[in-house]
Amino acid sequence: MRIRTWIVRIWPLVPILAALLFTIGLLVLFGADPVEVFQAMWQGAFGTQDKTLSVVAFTIPLLLSSLGLLLTFTAGLWNIGIEGQIVMGAVAASWVALFMDATSPVLIAVEVILAMLAGALWAGVAGILKTRGGVHEIFGGLALNSLAIIFTNYLISGPWQPPEGGSFFGTVPFREISQLSRFADSRFAPFSLLVAMVALVMVFVALRGTTWGLKLKALGQNPRSAFLLGVSSERETILAMMFCGALAGLAGAVRVLSWYDNLKQNISGGIGYLALLVVMLAAYRTLWVPLIAFFFSAVLNGAITLQLRTQLHSSLGGILTGVMVLFVLLFGSSKALGIGKSSEDEALEPDTSEIES
Amino acid sequence: MRVEIRDIRKYFGSVKANDGITLTLEEGHIYGVLGENGAGKSTLMKILSGYQPPDSGEILLNGQPHTFDSPLSALKNGVGMLYQDPHDIPPFSIVDNFLLGRDKRLRLNYRAAESELKELSSKYGFALDIQAHVDSLSLGERQQLELVRLLAGGAEVLILDEPTTGISAEQKDVLFNSMRKLAREEGKILLLVSHKLEEVQELCDHAFILRRGKYVGEMEIPCPNEKLVEMMFGQVPPRSERPTFELGDPMLELRDVNISTYRLSVKNLNLSVRAGEIFGLAGLEGSGQRLLIQACAGLVRPESGQIILDGQDITSWSYHKTRAVNVAYVAAGRLEEGLVASLSLTEHVVLAQRETDFFVDWAASGQDAQSRIEHYQIVGRPDSTAEELSGGNQQRLLFGLLWNKLKLILLEHPTRGLDVRSTNYIWNLLYQRRQDGTAIIFISPDLDEIIERSDRIAVFSGGVMSRIVDAKTTSVKEIGHMIGGQL
Repeated sequence: MRIRTWIVRIWPLVPILAALLFTIGLLVLFGADPVEVFQAMWQGAFGTQDKTLSVVAFTIPLLLSSLGLLLTFTAGLWNIGIEGQIVMGAVAASWVALFMDATSPVLIAVEVILAMLAGALWAGVAGILKTRGGVHEIFGGLALNSLAIIFTNYLISGPWQPPEGGSFFGTVPFREISQLSRFADSRFAPFSLLVAMVALVMVFVALRGTTWGLKLKALGQNPRSAFLLGVSSERETILAMMFCGALAGLAGAVRVLSWYDNLKQNISGGIGYLALLVVMLAAYRTLWVPLIAFFFSAVLNGAITLQLRTQLHSSLGGILTGVMVLFVLLFGSSKALGIGKSSEDEALEPDTSEIES
Repeated sequence: MRVEIRDIRKYFGSVKANDGITLTLEEGHIYGVLGENGAGKSTLMKILSGYQPPDSGEILLNGQPHTFDSPLSALKNGVGMLYQDPHDIPPFSIVDNFLLGRDKRLRLNYRAAESELKELSSKYGFALDIQAHVDSLSLGERQQLELVRLLAGGAEVLILDEPTTGISAEQKDVLFNSMRKLAREEGKILLLVSHKLEEVQELCDHAFILRRGKYVGEMEIPCPNEKLVEMMFGQVPPRSERPTFELGDPMLELRDVNISTYRLSVKNLNLSVRAGEIFGLAGLEGSGQRLLIQACAGLVRPESGQIILDGQDITSWSYHKTRAVNVAYVAAGRLEEGLVASLSLTEHVVLAQRETDFFVDWAASGQDAQSRIEHYQIVGRPDSTAEELSGGNQQRLLFGLLWNKLKLILLEHPTRGLDVRSTNYIWNLLYQRRQDGTAIIFISPDLDEIIERSDRIAVFSGGVMSRIVDAKTTSVKEIGHMIGGQL
């Protein structure tokens, strides 16, 4: 019994190990030395203080987006549109950074608030399209993603183009006062970490301790019963989308205000899609999300150095994380394989193990 | 064939659904499997038919141990099960359904299938129109089709789970005759899972009795009903007395209500139900009675007319709005429409509250759930999920979630699949409810229940509501004629 509980608890690590083995196999097949590759990746992620800080800095918007997705996934919504919500948040923050005159704290406060609003509204559109228009959030979200990216491209090549002429590269760098102050010349802004931690606590409490979180859970499991038990599916759907959008918008602001210093084409860099993978790998367990987001960030950042050091392409990082998610979906929960059999309630409710540990 | 079930165990969390059951089945017999809700009948039958594996124990066919990893592998070994809800695919034609899972070739042999289907159905007296599609069939006909499919698949052991729920009296006779023929003439083994003792007495020659996951005994049939009841419940439950009750003022009034859906329209509903009255609606499924209930609940919008609740016009109100003025609706599908399978009892209690707080006080809610578990005699813990409960306990939970001081309770099949004790229990709860002046409208396919429990009755047939009859003076025969359209 004790061994079984233990297996259920560490189960999330199994697909990660399986993915590592698979990747090692792939490396051997291409004639690369796995030890050298992983060493290079480790060096790339944590070799210097600057690199480590980059990993942390990259983690933060990924973590914020993943936290938002925890809410929508709980409510049974596939918020693919998160990518567009990140972009719209970045656009809103950039607008303030480019055109508003104020002291630094005011600027940053307005940037953050407007970015969250923009993300929430963009997500709200997808939500309303779903509840009122019968458009599935996946399709609505994809369309809104395209629109957000086109809108950015229009801005940086049109009204917001640098004075030296239009390009698809980006706006002029923002003034120093409108950016988040960074730690030791890195891309890491301590303020953003603080915000992410606050968001983590809020999402954790919302899902665990509020009636709203419970309503989302009921809605995600059985919309019909939830409705009959008094849950307003339209209201909760739109609210969940908007909360997720606000966090995504915040992620977008962190991208333009500390990772970069201006609004660029492809500002999100696929963080929204990556966040979907993080949440799937975490299997909706809130406290696993920061760890997995950090791990993803380390792998992806490490893979960049990998290309410089070895002949391998940096997309190896993408392969590793992608394969990992596939293995998680393949292995499912321990219950699906019959390992957690007589402790079924634990496998069904993996959350309970978090509280104790 | 001889079937031995040896020491079967199946636990769901801490619930011991089957706790070491051993039975032996000989060919040519019809066995009844009896037990109250949660006794473990369905679990045992699902294990025998390969729907789910046991935690331990074995099944021997003709002395050889077999493990089934799916219903198909059970059928290949001669064990087939007819479920309460037929497992067929409604948009398919009958022949397609018949072939599904049987003919594995790329090109299906329709001609052979049709003749086999015809031969089998005429042999057992089933009148199946093989050109028809499944969704045009009645529940009884779908059952016959499924039975024929199982027989053609080589079933030597047939398990029938509550087969007479929702089928007509004629279909029941046809079914029972075919079951006798299968056992007596063809030497097959039949297992009838039923709550209805009369059916077991009529059809079976032997009955096994289960209680709380354990085998408690077996009886040769016929035998006195009291003996069976005693074995099922440990003691004979008192027959619930329907207390007389002084009815109050009109609580619900329907004036010229018209409802149309793309399937059915119901015209000119006029009805007045008084506070504390129990009003029964009879009729074949899909005759309009459900639309009436759903219109009162705010789930279906009437085309015209007025619905007045306690002097307030609630026509076209939304479900959540009618719920807020103390109208409750309990649907037929417990885990589909009412409970969320994976949520715990405590979580249900929190969700269903009249007023919800922003933060959940889990400790207090857990205590609340525990007190409801005690009050409604639910077999479960506050952290049990809804799907871990048996059907009867799910129904008790649904009743445990209803608010106090309701004005109107709308019920679909309130006691479907429940044993005598749970049925009495549920009705006693409803009798208590009318002390508060709650009006109750319910739908049931069981005419005895309708006549026994209602004050007044209306019958629906093809979207038309009959005259209203007094339950004290009517009979099953009269209601039966009305269901048949003689309104």
